[in-house]
Amino acid sequence: MNELLKIQGLRKNFGGLVAVNNFSLSLLPGSLTGLIGPNGAGKTTVFNLITGMIEPSAGSIIFREKEIVGLKPYQIYQLGIGRTFQNIRLFKDLTVLDNVRVAYHHRGEYGLFDAIIHTPRFQKEEKMVAERTRELLSVLGLRLKEQELAKSLPYGEQRRLEIARALIAEPQLLLLDEPAAGMNPAEACRLMELIQFIRERFNLTILLIEHQMQVVMGVCEQVVVMDFGEIIAVGPPDQIRNNPRVIEAYLGKTLHERIC
Amino acid sequence: MINGLQLGFVYALIALGYTMVYGIVRLINFAHGDVFMIGTYLGFFALASWHLPLPAAIIIAMLGCAVLGITIEKLAYKPLRNAPRISALITAIGVSLFLEYFTSLKFVFGPYFRAYPRPFAVKAYCVGDVTVSNIQLIVFAVATLLMVGLTLFVNKTKTGLAMRAVSYDHSTARLMGINVDSIISITFGIGAALAGAGGVLYGIAYPQIHPFMGIMPGLKAFVAAVLGGIGIIPGAMLGAVIMGVVEKLTEVYISSTLRDAAAFGILIIVLLARPSGILGRKEREKV
Amino acid sequence: MQKLDSRLTATVVAATIFGLLQILMTRGLINPYIQTILCYAGIMVISALGLNLIYGYTGQFSLGHAAFFGIGAYTSALVTRILPNNSSSWALFPALMVAGISAGSIALLIGLPILRLKSDYLGIATLGFGMIVNVLFKNSDKVIPAMGGAAGMRGITRLTTFAVVFIWVFLAVLILRNLVYSGIGRALLSIREDEIAAEAVGINTTKYKTIGFVIGCIFAGVAGGLYAHLYTYLNPDNFDFLKSIDVLLIVVIGGMGSISGTVLAAVTWVSLLEGLRIVLPSPVQEWRMVLYPLLLIIFMLVRPAGAMGGTEFGFLKTKDYRRR
Repeated sequence: MNELLKIQGLRKNFGGLVAVNNFSLSLLPGSLTGLIGPNGAGKTTVFNLITGMIEPSAGSIIFREKEIVGLKPYQIYQLGIGRTFQNIRLFKDLTVLDNVRVAYHHRGEYGLFDAIIHTPRFQKEEKMVAERTRELLSVLGLRLKEQELAKSLPYGEQRRLEIARALIAEPQLLLLDEPAAGMNPAEACRLMELIQFIRERFNLTILLIEHQMQVVMGVCEQVVVMDFGEIIAVGPPDQIRNNPRVIEAYLGKTLHERIC
Repeated sequence: MINGLQLGFVYALIALGYTMVYGIVRLINFAHGDVFMIGTYLGFFALASWHLPLPAAIIIAMLGCAVLGITIEKLAYKPLRNAPRISALITAIGVSLFLEYFTSLKFVFGPYFRAYPRPFAVKAYCVGDVTVSNIQLIVFAVATLLMVGLTLFVNKTKTGLAMRAVSYDHSTARLMGINVDSIISITFGIGAALAGAGGVLYGIAYPQIHPFMGIMPGLKAFVAAVLGGIGIIPGAMLGAVIMGVVEKLTEVYISSTLRDAAAFGILIIVLLARPSGILGRKEREKV
Repeated sequence: MQKLDSRLTATVVAATIFGLLQILMTRGLINPYIQTILCYAGIMVISALGLNLIYGYTGQFSLGHAAFFGIGAYTSALVTRILPNNSSSWALFPALMVAGISAGSIALLIGLPILRLKSDYLGIATLGFGMIVNVLFKNSDKVIPAMGGAAGMRGITRLTTFAVVFIWVFLAVLILRNLVYSGIGRALLSIREDEIAAEAVGINTTKYKTIGFVIGCIFAGVAGGLYAHLYTYLNPDNFDFLKSIDVLLIVVIGGMGSISGTVLAAVTWVSLLEGLRIVLPSPVQEWRMVLYPLLLIIFMLVRPAGAMGGTEFGFLKTKDYRRR
């Protein structure tokens, strides 16, 4: 099969609480999938499971035909899965340039010794890393602020910086955790445009958690709905919108609004 | 063994102060061991100079230390509450050094050893194989009384509840109408008072005192608090008893010079196995 | 090539002139007591730079730095004791190498299990380790009589001179600066800033925490070796947790993650302590140790972030780090 990511039977227990149960999902390369559900449904937990931050109680996660359960987060990142966080986790006291450069470190071809005496090889690699980083920053409109500290950026730019950081090492799968959180509808739409743009430009497969359903409906090809740790519906947005179980889970919310 | 328990109970009184303060402001109060020292001296003056009975001496020490603890908090720690935690730590170290050296000035306590007066004769009681002295009984009694009192206070009173609330989250507690500043002061005060009582008990049990006597017990009590799970009150008591017993046992059975190493060795082993301490709650970071 | 070289050359030239000047002055104008103090300041600079790497840059709270200082001191002293030609300055070099390597190896051994712990707990564990090492020093005569146990180790040849210290300080600053302005330095910083995020972007945090810790302890070891051959007498009480706190003080006062800050703070700290000794008239000498903590408290209240938190003298930075 040519799936990029194949999750089967994923389960996570925290003591007596079942946070995620029987979660299965396949992502085809280049797809844009939304993962939605009420608060506490287990969406971020699924991300944490995929990226290796927590270990599943059962199930398998196969990325590019390799089982990645049990690998450490930094290894999973190096295999090609990038992610952003629900509450922005930038390196606040580092510059924009450094925030992104750090994520490219494992591609630099130099070791401790080179670093200590700044050998020509070191200098060459540093230059390469800096150039690549600057290119990406330009694409995301952050080049001019490269020397600013991450903590001094406005909220929207911080989100973009986090995305840049996740993209620098050329991942194939990008996990975005509520990237539009805290944005008004206009900003959220612009973000969705950006996401579609980067998908095209960098040949990405994207899995996106979003709590605001209306925002996601216009962009995603496929939507997965979770509630209480389980998948309650999968399908294209139109189908999901009319699904009674989904309507029940989002009691009272209007599913028919599309704002982008 | 009884000696170990005695030492452990005294450590517990000091450890409680560390754990309460850490729980509420995440500060390792390095000056706490020196507050303990001052408690011992206050008791000394009460007993030796004013010839007061032991209970009065203990109360004076507790009051004096409470005032000292609250004052230190207001002057040195409160201004740094929003500063990086390490700054408050360094300040605490400064306060500690200051207390030690200031009290060793000649016109204060003086840099020499003094002998602690015992307001009554030492008697030993035999219960089966075990010999207990009346001093040990007093230490157990007073310490237990204070620890029980504290536990009741924290768990059953409104103030105790407020203290627990603040230890979880300052801003939320404030929103609930709790006067966070005064709760913090109260916490420091109580912790200091306990250390003061511990100081007097230590003095009558180990009658040689000097201005730097607070360093090692303070350090060990702090380790004890961490051992039991920092911020957890029963943990501090448990950890302290363990520290005291291990120390005395090592001293008796292995070698007195290695006794400190044994205590810290246990600490490291426990931390590696249970990184949050024995009773510690694992603080889960939300990703 | 120009961007790095010009700054580097400037530093080299300035430093060399400064160094030569000092040596000339030392010949005639500066008395031996002050010379020793200058050496001690340099030694503290190296040790503090090590702790700055561990704590200021990587965010690992270590309270056992003095233990590694002591390990370096004792091992280097043992080396010069057994070397045949131990009255020449050249004996110091292998001794310092051994000092650094032994401190570093032990750092590696305990670092691997211990660095898993979270900040405050790590501090306590390193504190505990320091105390254990201290006790081991006190009992060392049972294993190696020459180490002297609680009475201390005597009879070390004085090999440390100001010139030697200055060279090592220069090396330490250079190495640290190069390390910090590199991918490895950034990896360390990312761990300090947000360890979880660092893992999420491909940084093997275990590996880098260990690297930072080991290198920092190597610095401490080398500083210890220089110390041993300066004061020629080692007492275990000089390597206890109070000394670890002294180094921590310097790092915090100088400002976390600032090389220039650490250097300034170390020199200032030594000068302050000695200066008070000189300035205060004898009857009030005992106020020296009362004033020192008071000044410390006042400083922290006024400038909690330290003197140069996060900033650096320009000539130390590499080109792409300088603000436009």
